[in-house]
Amino acid sequence: MKKLMTGNEAIARGAYEAGVKFASAYAGTPSTEILENIALYKEIKAEWAPNEKVALESVCGASIAGARSLAAMKHVGVNVAADALFTYSYQGVTGGTVLITADEPGQHSSQNEQDNRNYGPFAKIPVLEPSNSQECLDMVKTAFEISEKYDTIVLIRMTTRVCHSKSIVECSDRLDIPLKKYEKNGPKYLTLPSFSRKNRVKVEERLNRLEDFSNETELNRIEDNKSNIGVIASGGAYHYGKEVFGDEASYLKIGFSFPYPDKLIKNFSEKVEKIYVIEENDPIMENTVKKLGIECHGKDIFPSYGELTPDVLRKALYGKAADTIDYNKDLVVGRPPTLCAGCPHRGFFYEIAKRKDVAISGDIGCYALGASEPYNAMDFNLCMGGAFSTAHGAQQVFDMNVDENKRVVGVLGDSTFFHTGINGLFNVVYNKSKAISVILDNRITGMTGHQENPGSGYTLQGDPTEMIDIESLVRACGVKNIRVVDPNNLADMKETLDWAVGLDEASVIITRWPCALKKFSKEDKEEFGDLFTSKYKIDFEKCIGCKKCIKTGCPAISFDKASKKSFIDILQCVGCGVCSQVCPVEAIERVEM
Amino acid sequence: METKSILLVGVGGQGTILASKLLTTGLMEAGYDVKMSEIHGMSQRGGSVSSQVRYGKQVQSPVIELGGADILVSFEKMEALRWLEYLKPQGKVVVNDFKILPMPALSGKEEYSEKILEELSSKVETKIIDAGKEALKLGNAKVMNVILLGSTIKMMELTDIDWNKIIEDNVKPGFVDINKTALEAGMKLV
Repeated sequence: MKKLMTGNEAIARGAYEAGVKFASAYAGTPSTEILENIALYKEIKAEWAPNEKVALESVCGASIAGARSLAAMKHVGVNVAADALFTYSYQGVTGGTVLITADEPGQHSSQNEQDNRNYGPFAKIPVLEPSNSQECLDMVKTAFEISEKYDTIVLIRMTTRVCHSKSIVECSDRLDIPLKKYEKNGPKYLTLPSFSRKNRVKVEERLNRLEDFSNETELNRIEDNKSNIGVIASGGAYHYGKEVFGDEASYLKIGFSFPYPDKLIKNFSEKVEKIYVIEENDPIMENTVKKLGIECHGKDIFPSYGELTPDVLRKALYGKAADTIDYNKDLVVGRPPTLCAGCPHRGFFYEIAKRKDVAISGDIGCYALGASEPYNAMDFNLCMGGAFSTAHGAQQVFDMNVDENKRVVGVLGDSTFFHTGINGLFNVVYNKSKAISVILDNRITGMTGHQENPGSGYTLQGDPTEMIDIESLVRACGVKNIRVVDPNNLADMKETLDWAVGLDEASVIITRWPCALKKFSKEDKEEFGDLFTSKYKIDFEKCIGCKKCIKTGCPAISFDKASKKSFIDILQCVGCGVCSQVCPVEAIERVEM
Repeated sequence: METKSILLVGVGGQGTILASKLLTTGLMEAGYDVKMSEIHGMSQRGGSVSSQVRYGKQVQSPVIELGGADILVSFEKMEALRWLEYLKPQGKVVVNDFKILPMPALSGKEEYSEKILEELSSKVETKIIDAGKEALKLGNAKVMNVILLGSTIKMMELTDIDWNKIIEDNVKPGFVDINKTALEAGMKLV
């Protein structure tokens, strides 16, 4: 059966065909659709975990208990899961175990660019790099065979373009892989130093055997076009290389990139005169080639950052990309992402943006858009779940400095709070800072496209489950000052911020209103009533053109320079009512639909 | 055959994804090798979006390079100009005469130029269509995307493919007929 699939869909299909029985992930672009697609196969128990470390640990447990298991996450998620990863490398597997990392050369939707192939040598585990969707499917199946044969977790490195590009895939049936019999095995699975020292030796022996495999496997292959030019490439960059060089070069196509296929590289180097190593991000293969005493070109001509798309390669090789049309680019206005019409984060950012006495510590999610125009309401943000901890540290230091009378406000979302944000709150309470912690609870994981989380009341498959209550959780952390507020009510929002800043100790504000794009649950409708059933319109007779409504940053409101009036696009407006509260002349009226 | 490249661009929410899904499925069933690339994530929040479709005997890169597209199909005027450098100098533009103001223009900080179509037409072979008006004529503003797909298919001489079947297989039953009509209307516009 031939199908067009994204790399993420093909990974899911591969997991299905490989007989995987358990999968876990935390959402993160560009990896999110892997688990969403795995969840479509009823034979696999698929779960959103609260964070990547929990996801990988659950997968390790499932493997120990005998099932083929898979974890998926974005590149920075592997940092969160790394503690489990490095030790699970020593333990090896019972049921095969695969970890998918989705890296982001070009940082389309990420805070950094890191090359997770580095985890191969660092954690001493094999790395596979698919270059298209068919390889995604096939390599998942091969990865499970390698995992069980060599007793190791296997890392598959994807990149954004491999994850989100579609190509044609041939599917086959699911393998019948029974659960392995569970046997208690202390020396293998207990991480006591006496056992781990022995397993440490086992890991080195395993690497030696995997190096032999790397030289023999068809995952690494020479495509000999009898050319003097040789290209060594892996992942998506292999296809970029072929786009530019075509049949004018011979190729060493690397699918199994760690341990390195030393013999194959030497063999290839004897067939060609000039070698280009094309790899996105770090010069990992390039350094391997050079270590073997073989001359090559790599990061001396190709960039170390961003994507190595064909135009980038052409510019690096020939000094220019293909011919383009010359036109007046000054006419082009930027189109930055914005908080959606009706976004419940708007009321919070609109109010806090007006305060001069605070520094705002943000996080990773839709609320990062609070940093942009017109709010400019963010001083710093670091990593997923980091808002409260960085706020805490900054507050402790501002408090030492009499000239810097600032309150630090940490801001994160519900999913981010469950991810690792709660640990930061422990720190605020335990170490007695007066940082203000704000949880923007929009009842869903937003930015990645609406994934359920421990607070939403539903599982990945949409089955009802326990809804973990954030307010109770915060209270149990020992926070004395807690307010829950409707962020669309600006007067309440302002009063609540005044209250928090007025306290000389820590407080938590929970803004609670569902994401405007969310499919509302039964519980949402019960709690919030008839959501978004009205619209707002501007009475042009009353509008004085003061642009106060424009400053809410709502994409449904525009300002017409000719008439000097604001205008609300009825198709976009969802009736949150924030604009009507800022209008000084009551020109914005509610219209029932 | 040489690999062909179709670049569909627009604003998040305009339906470029369904259009590219129908297009790529049709191309695959016609026997071409096909690759398609999209960027998801932050750009969905009212940002600029693109679907890059490439087809031929054997396609390598899923990404269209600068100066690499045979046709640029823009669901929104400003986006046509933003992505124009991805078009081959002898390539063609199909542009929807439809405006979605970006935040800097909404707030009045920057001007949304009225000269976009003029600039496009003066530089490259440009077909201007009003898919929004056409969609309203058909009674559903949302089929603008399939109207634009129809124009794309005609311009790329892909009308031999059984697009009605592709629509039947990929669109919810209640929307099959209107999408078939939309596709045909789009073909007639160019």
